[in-house]
Amino acid sequence: MAPNPYFFIVIFIGVALVFPLLPLALAWLWRKVFQPPKPGAQKNATYECGVESIGDAQIQFRSQYYLYAIIFLIFDVEAIFLVPFAVAFTGLPVGAFIAILVFLLLLIEGLVWAWSKGCLNWAR
Amino acid sequence: MSGDVVDQIFIRAKQWLLSWLAGAPDWIIQITSSLLNIFALLGVFLTLFALISVLERKILGRMQNRYGPNRVGPFGLFQPIADGIKMLIKEDIVPARADKIVHFLAPILIAATAILALGVIPYGRNMTPFAIDGGILFFFAVGSTTELAVFMAGWGSNNKFSMLGAMRAIAQMVSYELPLIITTLPVVMVAGALSPDVIVTAQAGYSFGFVPHWFVTTPWGAAAFVLFFVSGLVESNRTPFDVPEGESEIVAGHMTEYSGFKYATFFMAEYIGMFAISGLAVTLFLGGWHAPVRVLQFIPSYIWFFAKLSALLFVYIWLRGTLPRTRIDHIMNFAWKFMLPMAFTCIFAAAVWHYMGRGLAGWLCSLAVIGIVYIALSILLDTRKRFATRTYRFAE
Repeated sequence: MAPNPYFFIVIFIGVALVFPLLPLALAWLWRKVFQPPKPGAQKNATYECGVESIGDAQIQFRSQYYLYAIIFLIFDVEAIFLVPFAVAFTGLPVGAFIAILVFLLLLIEGLVWAWSKGCLNWAR
Repeated sequence: MSGDVVDQIFIRAKQWLLSWLAGAPDWIIQITSSLLNIFALLGVFLTLFALISVLERKILGRMQNRYGPNRVGPFGLFQPIADGIKMLIKEDIVPARADKIVHFLAPILIAATAILALGVIPYGRNMTPFAIDGGILFFFAVGSTTELAVFMAGWGSNNKFSMLGAMRAIAQMVSYELPLIITTLPVVMVAGALSPDVIVTAQAGYSFGFVPHWFVTTPWGAAAFVLFFVSGLVESNRTPFDVPEGESEIVAGHMTEYSGFKYATFFMAEYIGMFAISGLAVTLFLGGWHAPVRVLQFIPSYIWFFAKLSALLFVYIWLRGTLPRTRIDHIMNFAWKFMLPMAFTCIFAAAVWHYMGRGLAGWLCSLAVIGIVYIALSILLDTRKRFATRTYRFAE
Protein backbone atom coordinates (compact mmCIF):
# COMPACT_ATOMS: atom_id res chain seq x y z
CA MET A 1 0.00 0.00 0.00
CA ALA A 2 1.60 3.28 -1.12
CA PRO A 3 0.56 6.24 1.04
CA ASN A 4 -0.41 9.54 -0.49
CA PRO A 5 2.77 11.21 -1.86
CA TYR A 6 1.56 14.52 -0.45
CA PHE A 7 2.10 13.10 3.02
CA PHE A 8 5.86 13.20 2.48
CA ILE A 9 5.65 16.84 1.48
CA VAL A 10 4.57 17.52 5.07
CA ILE A 11 7.77 15.88 6.33
CA PHE A 12 9.72 17.93 3.81
CA ILE A 13 8.12 21.15 5.03
CA GLY A 14 9.06 20.22 8.60
CA VAL A 15 12.70 19.53 7.69
CA ALA A 16 12.88 22.67 5.55
CA LEU A 17 11.70 24.80 8.47
CA VAL A 18 14.19 23.21 10.87
CA PHE A 19 17.08 23.46 8.40
CA PRO A 20 17.72 27.25 8.63
CA LEU A 21 17.19 27.11 12.39
CA LEU A 22 20.21 24.84 12.90
CA PRO A 23 22.97 27.30 11.88
CA LEU A 24 21.08 30.08 13.64
CA ALA A 25 21.09 27.97 16.81
CA LEU A 26 24.81 27.34 16.33
CA ALA A 27 25.43 31.08 15.98
CA TRP A 28 23.32 31.68 19.09
CA LEU A 29 25.41 29.12 21.00
CA TRP A 30 28.63 30.79 19.86
CA ARG A 31 27.28 34.11 21.06
CA LYS A 32 26.28 32.60 24.40
CA VAL A 33 29.67 31.04 25.07
CA PHE A 34 32.37 33.20 23.44
CA GLN A 35 30.85 36.45 22.36
CA PRO A 36 28.23 37.92 24.70
CA PRO A 37 26.30 40.67 22.90
CA LYS A 38 27.04 44.25 23.89
CA PRO A 39 24.00 46.25 22.84
CA GLY A 40 24.02 50.03 22.76
CA ALA A 41 21.73 52.86 21.76
CA GLN A 42 23.90 53.77 18.78
CA LYS A 43 24.67 50.21 17.78
CA ASN A 44 21.04 49.08 17.75
CA ALA A 45 19.73 52.21 16.09
CA THR A 46 18.03 51.91 12.73
CA TYR A 47 20.60 52.07 9.96
CA GLU A 48 20.34 55.15 7.83
CA CYS A 49 23.86 55.82 6.56
CA GLY A 50 24.91 57.56 9.76
CA VAL A 51 22.01 59.97 9.92
CA GLU A 52 19.56 59.70 12.79
CA SER A 53 16.36 58.07 11.56
CA ILE A 54 13.33 60.35 11.67
CA GLY A 55 9.82 58.95 11.85
CA ASP A 56 8.50 55.48 11.29
CA ALA A 57 9.23 53.35 8.21
CA GLN A 58 5.97 51.42 8.46
CA ILE A 59 3.95 54.00 6.58
CA GLN A 60 1.30 54.07 3.88
CA PHE A 61 2.89 53.63 0.51
CA ARG A 62 2.34 54.99 -2.97
CA SER A 63 -0.94 53.85 -4.48
CA GLN A 64 0.82 52.82 -7.71
CA TYR A 65 1.94 49.62 -6.00
CA TYR A 66 -1.67 48.90 -5.07
CA LEU A 67 -2.85 49.26 -8.68
CA TYR A 68 -0.28 46.73 -9.82
CA ALA A 69 -1.30 44.39 -7.02
CA ILE A 70 -4.97 44.57 -8.07
CA ILE A 71 -4.16 43.82 -11.71
CA PHE A 72 -1.84 41.04 -10.59
CA LEU A 73 -4.62 39.51 -8.51
CA ILE A 74 -6.97 39.34 -11.49
CA PHE A 75 -4.42 37.72 -13.76
CA ASP A 76 -3.17 35.35 -11.09
CA VAL A 77 -6.68 34.03 -10.48
CA GLU A 78 -7.05 33.74 -14.23
CA ALA A 79 -3.81 31.74 -14.47
CA ILE A 80 -5.22 29.34 -11.88
CA PHE A 81 -8.38 29.00 -13.99
CA LEU A 82 -6.20 28.21 -16.99
CA VAL A 83 -4.35 25.39 -15.23
CA PRO A 84 -7.22 22.83 -15.38
CA PHE A 85 -7.80 23.81 -19.00
CA ALA A 86 -4.12 23.28 -19.76
CA VAL A 87 -4.11 19.81 -18.16
CA ALA A 88 -7.19 18.76 -20.16
CA PHE A 89 -6.02 20.43 -23.37
CA THR A 90 -4.79 17.36 -25.31
CA GLY A 91 -8.29 15.88 -25.23
CA LEU A 92 -10.13 19.06 -26.18
CA PRO A 93 -11.65 19.77 -29.61
CA VAL A 94 -10.96 23.07 -31.38
CA GLY A 95 -14.34 24.46 -30.28
CA ALA A 96 -13.44 24.14 -26.60
CA PHE A 97 -10.17 25.93 -27.24
CA ILE A 98 -12.01 28.79 -28.96
CA ALA A 99 -14.27 29.00 -25.89
CA ILE A 100 -11.24 29.38 -23.61
CA LEU A 101 -9.77 31.85 -26.11
CA VAL A 102 -12.85 34.06 -25.63
CA PHE A 103 -12.19 33.95 -21.88
CA LEU A 104 -8.54 34.87 -22.49
CA LEU A 105 -9.49 37.71 -24.83
CA LEU A 106 -11.89 39.15 -22.24
CA LEU A 107 -9.02 39.36 -19.77
CA ILE A 108 -6.60 40.73 -22.35
CA GLU A 109 -9.23 43.37 -23.03
CA GLY A 110 -9.01 44.21 -19.32
CA LEU A 111 -5.25 44.56 -19.67
CA VAL A 112 -5.68 46.82 -22.70
CA TRP A 113 -8.21 48.91 -20.75
CA ALA A 114 -5.84 49.26 -17.79
CA TRP A 115 -3.06 50.15 -20.23
CA SER A 116 -5.16 52.84 -21.96
CA LYS A 117 -6.20 54.25 -18.56
CA GLY A 118 -2.52 54.67 -17.72
CA CYS A 119 -2.55 52.24 -14.78
CA LEU A 120 0.53 50.53 -16.16
CA ASN A 121 2.63 53.68 -16.27
CA TRP A 122 5.00 53.66 -13.33
CA ALA A 123 5.99 57.32 -13.37
CA ARG A 124 3.36 59.97 -14.02
CA MET B 1 23.48 -2.92 -19.13
CA SER B 2 26.47 -1.40 -17.32
CA GLY B 3 25.30 2.09 -18.31
CA ASP B 4 22.03 1.43 -16.56
CA VAL B 5 23.83 0.57 -13.32
CA VAL B 6 25.69 3.89 -13.33
CA ASP B 7 22.50 5.70 -14.25
CA GLN B 8 20.56 4.20 -11.35
CA ILE B 9 23.46 4.06 -8.88
CA PHE B 10 21.86 6.49 -6.42
CA ILE B 11 18.56 4.61 -6.53
CA ARG B 12 20.43 1.37 -5.85
CA ALA B 13 22.34 2.99 -3.01
CA LYS B 14 19.11 4.17 -1.44
CA GLN B 15 17.55 0.73 -1.78
CA TRP B 16 20.64 -0.79 -0.20
CA LEU B 17 20.42 1.62 2.72
CA LEU B 18 16.73 0.88 3.10
CA SER B 19 17.41 -2.88 3.07
CA TRP B 20 18.95 -2.42 6.53
CA LEU B 21 15.46 -1.64 7.71
CA ALA B 22 13.96 -4.85 6.28
CA GLY B 23 11.31 -6.14 8.65
CA ALA B 24 10.45 -2.72 10.03
CA PRO B 25 6.88 -1.47 9.60
CA ASP B 26 6.06 -0.06 6.19
CA TRP B 27 5.57 3.50 7.36
CA ILE B 28 9.05 3.64 8.94
CA ILE B 29 10.59 2.58 5.64
CA GLN B 30 8.54 5.16 3.74
CA ILE B 31 9.48 7.99 6.08
CA THR B 32 13.17 6.98 6.10
CA SER B 33 13.08 6.89 2.32
CA SER B 34 11.74 10.43 2.08
CA LEU B 35 14.19 11.64 4.74
CA LEU B 36 17.03 10.15 2.69
CA ASN B 37 15.69 12.05 -0.33
CA ILE B 38 15.62 15.29 1.65
CA PHE B 39 19.16 14.90 2.99
CA ALA B 40 20.53 13.99 -0.43
CA LEU B 41 18.78 17.05 -1.85
CA LEU B 42 20.16 19.33 0.87
CA GLY B 43 23.64 17.87 0.57
CA VAL B 44 23.79 18.28 -3.20
CA PHE B 45 22.39 21.78 -3.31
CA LEU B 46 24.35 23.16 -0.37
CA THR B 47 27.53 21.89 -2.03
CA LEU B 48 26.42 23.45 -5.28
CA PHE B 49 25.68 26.70 -3.43
CA ALA B 50 29.15 26.76 -1.90
CA LEU B 51 30.70 25.98 -5.27
CA ILE B 52 28.67 28.55 -7.19
CA SER B 53 29.29 31.30 -4.63
CA VAL B 54 33.04 30.99 -5.19
CA LEU B 55 32.82 30.25 -8.93
CA GLU B 56 30.59 33.28 -9.47
CA ARG B 57 33.19 35.52 -7.88
CA LYS B 58 35.94 33.91 -9.92
CA ILE B 59 34.02 34.20 -13.19
CA LEU B 60 33.05 37.79 -12.45
CA GLY B 61 36.66 38.46 -11.59
CA ARG B 62 37.81 37.09 -14.93
CA MET B 63 35.17 39.16 -16.72
CA GLN B 64 36.47 42.27 -14.97
CA ASN B 65 40.12 41.49 -15.69
CA ARG B 66 41.13 40.46 -12.17
CA TYR B 67 41.71 37.18 -10.37
CA GLY B 68 38.85 36.79 -7.95
CA PRO B 69 39.30 34.83 -4.69
CA ASN B 70 42.49 32.75 -4.86
CA ARG B 71 43.93 32.77 -1.34
CA VAL B 72 41.93 30.26 0.74
CA GLY B 73 42.76 26.71 -0.27
CA PRO B 74 43.59 25.52 -3.80
CA PHE B 75 42.35 28.09 -6.35
CA GLY B 76 40.39 29.79 -3.55
CA LEU B 77 37.99 26.85 -3.41
CA PHE B 78 37.77 26.90 0.40
CA GLN B 79 36.50 30.45 0.33
CA PRO B 80 32.88 29.43 1.12
CA ILE B 81 34.05 27.62 4.27
CA ALA B 82 35.90 30.72 5.44
CA ASP B 83 32.85 32.83 4.62
CA GLY B 84 30.59 30.44 6.51
CA ILE B 85 32.76 30.56 9.65
CA LYS B 86 32.92 34.32 9.42
CA MET B 87 29.15 34.59 9.11
CA LEU B 88 28.61 32.22 12.04
CA ILE B 89 30.75 34.18 14.48
CA LYS B 90 29.55 37.64 13.43
CA GLU B 91 27.41 39.44 15.95
CA ASP B 92 23.73 39.30 15.12
CA ILE B 93 22.42 42.85 15.57
CA VAL B 94 18.67 43.39 15.74
CA PRO B 95 17.68 47.05 15.61
CA ALA B 96 15.87 48.30 18.69
CA ARG B 97 12.88 49.53 16.73
CA ALA B 98 12.44 46.39 14.66
CA ASP B 99 9.51 44.02 15.03
CA LYS B 100 11.60 41.26 16.65
CA ILE B 101 9.40 38.28 15.78
CA VAL B 102 8.78 39.18 12.15
CA HIS B 103 12.43 40.15 11.78
CA PHE B 104 13.45 36.70 13.05
CA LEU B 105 10.90 34.71 11.04
CA ALA B 106 11.65 36.25 7.64
CA PRO B 107 15.03 34.53 6.95
CA ILE B 108 13.67 31.18 8.14
CA LEU B 109 10.64 31.40 5.87
CA ILE B 110 12.68 32.48 2.86
CA ALA B 111 15.19 29.63 3.26
CA ALA B 112 12.51 27.02 3.92
CA THR B 113 10.47 27.94 0.84
CA ALA B 114 13.56 28.10 -1.35
CA ILE B 115 14.43 24.52 -0.42
CA LEU B 116 10.84 23.27 -0.75
CA ALA B 117 10.74 24.40 -4.38
CA LEU B 118 13.66 22.05 -5.17
CA GLY B 119 11.73 18.98 -4.06
CA VAL B 120 9.57 18.41 -7.12
CA ILE B 121 12.22 18.64 -9.86
CA PRO B 122 13.31 15.38 -11.57
CA TYR B 123 17.10 15.29 -11.34
CA GLY B 124 17.49 12.08 -13.29
CA ARG B 125 15.68 8.94 -14.32
CA ASN B 126 13.56 7.89 -11.27
CA MET B 127 15.25 10.66 -9.28
CA THR B 128 12.44 12.98 -8.28
CA PRO B 129 12.61 13.52 -4.51
CA PHE B 130 8.86 14.08 -4.25
CA ALA B 131 6.99 12.86 -7.33
CA ILE B 132 3.61 14.51 -6.80
CA ASP B 133 1.10 14.93 -9.62
CA GLY B 134 0.66 18.66 -9.01
CA GLY B 135 4.40 19.34 -8.94
CA ILE B 136 4.38 22.49 -11.07
CA LEU B 137 1.56 24.00 -9.01
CA PHE B 138 3.41 23.14 -5.79
CA PHE B 139 6.54 24.83 -7.15
CA PHE B 140 4.69 28.07 -7.82
CA ALA B 141 2.72 27.96 -4.58
CA VAL B 142 5.94 27.61 -2.61
CA GLY B 143 7.83 30.03 -4.84
CA SER B 144 5.39 32.87 -4.29
CA THR B 145 5.80 32.54 -0.52
CA THR B 146 9.19 34.17 -1.07
CA GLU B 147 7.36 37.44 -1.65
CA LEU B 148 5.74 37.14 1.75
CA ALA B 149 9.13 36.52 3.37
CA VAL B 150 10.65 39.52 1.58
CA PHE B 151 7.84 41.71 2.78
CA MET B 152 8.21 40.38 6.34
CA ALA B 153 11.90 41.29 6.19
CA GLY B 154 11.16 44.78 4.89
CA TRP B 155 8.30 45.52 7.26
CA GLY B 156 9.82 43.90 10.32
CA SER B 157 13.11 45.80 10.02
CA ASN B 158 11.32 49.15 10.40
CA ASN B 159 13.96 50.77 8.24
CA LYS B 160 13.28 53.00 5.28
CA PHE B 161 15.77 51.28 3.02
CA SER B 162 14.33 47.89 3.90
CA MET B 163 10.80 49.05 3.30
CA LEU B 164 11.65 50.59 -0.08
CA GLY B 165 13.58 47.51 -1.11
CA ALA B 166 10.80 45.17 -0.05
CA MET B 167 8.18 47.22 -1.88
CA ARG B 168 10.24 47.26 -5.05
CA ALA B 169 10.98 43.56 -4.74
CA ILE B 170 7.31 42.70 -4.33
CA ALA B 171 6.24 44.99 -7.17
CA GLN B 172 8.63 43.36 -9.61
CA MET B 173 8.30 39.79 -8.35
CA VAL B 174 4.51 39.99 -8.49
CA SER B 175 4.61 41.44 -11.99
CA TYR B 176 6.97 38.79 -13.32
CA GLU B 177 5.17 35.96 -11.61
CA LEU B 178 2.43 36.20 -14.23
CA PRO B 179 4.71 35.61 -17.24
CA LEU B 180 6.44 32.91 -15.20
CA ILE B 181 3.23 30.97 -14.57
CA ILE B 182 1.65 31.65 -17.95
CA THR B 183 4.72 30.54 -19.93
CA THR B 184 4.60 27.17 -18.18
CA LEU B 185 1.00 26.68 -19.33
CA PRO B 186 1.87 25.85 -22.98
CA VAL B 187 4.15 23.09 -21.72
CA VAL B 188 1.44 21.79 -19.40
CA MET B 189 -1.03 21.92 -22.28
CA VAL B 190 1.14 19.93 -24.65
CA ALA B 191 2.30 17.41 -22.04
CA GLY B 192 -1.19 17.17 -20.55
CA ALA B 193 -0.05 16.97 -16.92
CA LEU B 194 1.22 19.10 -14.06
CA SER B 195 3.69 16.46 -12.99
CA PRO B 196 7.32 17.33 -13.84
CA ASP B 197 8.06 13.66 -14.50
CA VAL B 198 5.37 13.42 -17.17
CA ILE B 199 6.62 16.66 -18.73
CA VAL B 200 10.16 15.26 -18.94
CA THR B 201 8.86 12.00 -20.41
CA ALA B 202 6.93 13.98 -23.03
CA GLN B 203 10.25 15.41 -24.24
CA ALA B 204 11.86 12.03 -24.91
CA GLY B 205 12.78 10.94 -28.42
CA TYR B 206 14.69 12.45 -31.33
CA SER B 207 13.94 13.50 -34.89
CA PHE B 208 16.59 12.11 -37.29
CA GLY B 209 18.57 10.97 -34.24
CA PHE B 210 20.03 14.37 -33.37
CA VAL B 211 17.17 16.86 -32.97
CA PRO B 212 15.78 16.24 -29.47
CA HIS B 213 12.05 16.63 -28.88
CA TRP B 214 12.65 19.25 -26.21
CA PHE B 215 10.03 21.94 -26.08
CA VAL B 216 12.69 24.58 -26.69
CA THR B 217 13.03 23.32 -30.26
CA THR B 218 9.47 24.47 -31.09
CA PRO B 219 8.85 28.19 -31.73
CA TRP B 220 6.41 28.57 -28.84
CA GLY B 221 8.79 26.64 -26.59
CA ALA B 222 11.74 28.85 -27.51
CA ALA B 223 9.72 32.02 -26.93
CA ALA B 224 8.32 30.68 -23.64
CA PHE B 225 11.82 29.63 -22.54
CA VAL B 226 13.23 33.11 -23.08
CA LEU B 227 10.28 34.70 -21.26
CA PHE B 228 10.58 32.15 -18.46
CA PHE B 229 14.31 32.74 -18.12
CA VAL B 230 13.91 36.53 -17.91
CA SER B 231 11.12 36.13 -15.35
CA GLY B 232 13.37 33.77 -13.43
CA LEU B 233 16.07 36.43 -13.36
CA VAL B 234 13.59 38.84 -11.81
CA GLU B 235 12.19 36.31 -9.34
CA SER B 236 15.67 35.62 -8.00
CA ASN B 237 16.46 39.37 -7.93
CA ARG B 238 19.52 38.98 -10.10
CA THR B 239 21.22 41.58 -12.26
CA PRO B 240 19.96 43.32 -14.42
CA PHE B 241 16.82 43.25 -12.26
CA ASP B 242 18.48 43.74 -8.85
CA VAL B 243 16.73 47.04 -8.15
CA PRO B 244 15.44 45.79 -4.74
CA GLU B 245 19.03 45.31 -3.59
CA GLY B 246 20.65 48.12 -5.52
CA GLU B 247 23.53 48.87 -3.16
CA SER B 248 24.26 52.27 -4.63
CA GLU B 249 20.80 53.60 -3.76
CA ILE B 250 19.11 51.55 -1.03
CA VAL B 251 22.08 49.80 0.68
CA ALA B 252 20.88 46.16 0.53
CA GLY B 253 17.13 46.53 0.20
CA HIS B 254 15.16 44.27 2.52
CA MET B 255 18.38 42.77 3.91
CA THR B 256 19.77 46.07 5.20
CA GLU B 257 19.10 45.33 8.89
CA TYR B 258 20.30 41.74 8.82
CA SER B 259 23.72 40.72 9.98
CA GLY B 260 25.52 37.52 10.84
CA PHE B 261 23.98 34.26 9.80
CA LYS B 262 20.57 35.74 9.11
CA TYR B 263 22.12 37.67 6.25
CA ALA B 264 23.81 34.47 5.05
CA THR B 265 20.42 32.77 5.11
CA PHE B 266 19.01 35.40 2.75
CA PHE B 267 22.03 35.03 0.53
CA MET B 268 21.65 31.26 0.45
CA ALA B 269 17.91 31.45 -0.22
CA GLU B 270 18.56 33.71 -3.18
CA TYR B 271 21.00 31.24 -4.71
CA ILE B 272 18.84 28.22 -3.99
CA GLY B 273 15.88 30.04 -5.53
CA MET B 274 18.06 30.60 -8.59
CA PHE B 275 18.86 26.85 -8.73
CA ALA B 276 15.17 26.01 -8.41
CA ILE B 277 14.07 28.35 -11.21
CA SER B 278 16.87 27.13 -13.49
CA GLY B 279 16.03 23.53 -12.62
CA LEU B 280 12.41 24.11 -13.55
CA ALA B 281 13.48 25.80 -16.80
CA VAL B 282 15.59 22.73 -17.61
CA THR B 283 12.67 20.44 -16.76
CA LEU B 284 10.08 22.36 -18.73
CA PHE B 285 11.96 23.42 -21.85
CA LEU B 286 15.39 21.80 -22.05
CA GLY B 287 14.26 18.20 -21.83
CA GLY B 288 15.08 17.58 -18.16
CA TRP B 289 17.56 14.74 -17.87
CA HIS B 290 17.39 13.66 -21.52
CA ALA B 291 20.58 13.65 -23.60
CA PRO B 292 20.76 16.17 -26.45
CA VAL B 293 21.64 13.56 -29.09
CA ARG B 294 20.80 9.88 -29.22
CA VAL B 295 24.42 8.65 -29.27
CA LEU B 296 25.16 10.38 -25.97
CA GLN B 297 22.43 8.55 -24.08
CA PHE B 298 24.98 6.33 -22.36
CA ILE B 299 26.00 9.25 -20.12
CA PRO B 300 23.94 9.06 -16.89
CA SER B 301 20.79 11.16 -16.79
CA TYR B 302 21.70 13.18 -13.68
CA ILE B 303 24.93 14.33 -15.35
CA TRP B 304 22.88 15.74 -18.20
CA PHE B 305 20.55 17.49 -15.80
CA PHE B 306 23.33 19.14 -13.87
CA ALA B 307 25.22 20.02 -17.06
CA LYS B 308 22.16 21.91 -18.31
CA LEU B 309 21.66 23.48 -14.89
CA SER B 310 25.28 24.66 -14.79
CA ALA B 311 24.95 26.09 -18.29
CA LEU B 312 21.95 28.17 -17.19
CA LEU B 313 23.72 29.25 -14.00
CA PHE B 314 26.69 30.35 -16.08
CA VAL B 315 24.36 32.52 -18.16
CA TYR B 316 23.06 34.07 -14.92
CA ILE B 317 26.62 34.95 -13.88
CA TRP B 318 27.50 36.10 -17.38
CA LEU B 319 24.52 38.48 -17.42
CA ARG B 320 25.58 39.82 -14.03
CA GLY B 321 29.02 40.57 -15.40
CA THR B 322 27.62 42.21 -18.53
CA LEU B 323 24.44 44.19 -17.96
CA PRO B 324 23.85 47.38 -15.96
CA ARG B 325 20.93 47.72 -13.54
CA THR B 326 17.54 48.43 -15.11
CA ARG B 327 15.30 51.24 -13.92
CA ILE B 328 12.21 50.16 -11.99
CA ASP B 329 9.70 51.80 -14.36
CA HIS B 330 11.39 50.08 -17.29
CA ILE B 331 11.16 46.77 -15.49
CA MET B 332 7.45 47.21 -14.76
CA ASN B 333 6.60 48.42 -18.26
CA PHE B 334 8.47 45.50 -19.74
CA ALA B 335 6.56 43.04 -17.56
CA TRP B 336 3.06 44.29 -18.25
CA LYS B 337 3.32 45.62 -21.78
CA PHE B 338 5.61 43.07 -23.36
CA MET B 339 6.10 39.92 -21.28
CA LEU B 340 2.44 39.33 -20.42
CA PRO B 341 1.04 39.67 -23.99
CA MET B 342 3.90 37.52 -25.29
CA ALA B 343 3.16 34.88 -22.66
CA PHE B 344 -0.47 34.73 -23.79
CA THR B 345 0.73 34.45 -27.38
CA CYS B 346 2.78 31.39 -26.38
CA ILE B 347 -0.42 29.66 -25.22
CA PHE B 348 -2.09 30.45 -28.53
CA ALA B 349 0.96 29.40 -30.56
CA ALA B 350 1.18 26.09 -28.68
CA ALA B 351 -2.50 25.44 -29.44
CA VAL B 352 -1.91 26.21 -33.13
CA TRP B 353 1.07 23.84 -33.12
CA HIS B 354 -1.03 21.11 -31.48
CA TYR B 355 -4.07 21.43 -33.78
CA MET B 356 -1.92 21.51 -36.92
CA GLY B 357 -0.66 18.04 -36.08
CA ARG B 358 2.58 18.85 -34.21
CA GLY B 359 4.53 18.68 -37.50
CA LEU B 360 6.40 21.08 -39.73
CA ALA B 361 3.21 22.96 -40.74
CA GLY B 362 2.37 23.58 -37.08
CA TRP B 363 5.98 24.59 -36.42
CA LEU B 364 5.88 27.26 -39.16
CA CYS B 365 2.39 28.51 -38.22
CA SER B 366 3.23 28.92 -34.53
CA LEU B 367 6.43 30.74 -35.57
CA ALA B 368 4.27 33.03 -37.70
CA VAL B 369 1.88 33.70 -34.76
CA ILE B 370 4.73 34.58 -32.43
CA GLY B 371 6.46 36.66 -35.09
CA ILE B 372 3.33 38.70 -35.87
CA VAL B 373 2.61 39.47 -32.20
CA TYR B 374 6.26 40.26 -31.56
CA ILE B 375 6.44 42.70 -34.47
CA ALA B 376 3.08 44.27 -33.53
CA LEU B 377 4.20 44.79 -29.93
CA SER B 378 7.55 46.17 -31.07
CA ILE B 379 5.80 48.75 -33.25
CA LEU B 380 3.36 49.60 -30.45
CA LEU B 381 6.07 49.96 -27.83
CA ASP B 382 8.50 51.72 -30.11
CA THR B 383 11.01 53.40 -27.83
CA ARG B 384 13.46 54.51 -30.48
CA LYS B 385 12.13 58.02 -30.81
CA ARG B 386 12.53 58.67 -27.08
CA PHE B 387 16.28 58.65 -27.35
CA ALA B 388 18.07 61.65 -28.73
CA THR B 389 20.54 61.11 -31.54
CA ARG B 390 23.86 60.15 -30.05
CA THR B 391 26.50 62.79 -30.53
CA TYR B 392 30.15 62.43 -29.72
CA ARG B 393 32.17 65.23 -28.22
CA PHE B 394 35.92 65.11 -28.12
CA ALA B 395 38.42 67.19 -26.23
CA GLU B 396 39.94 69.78 -28.46
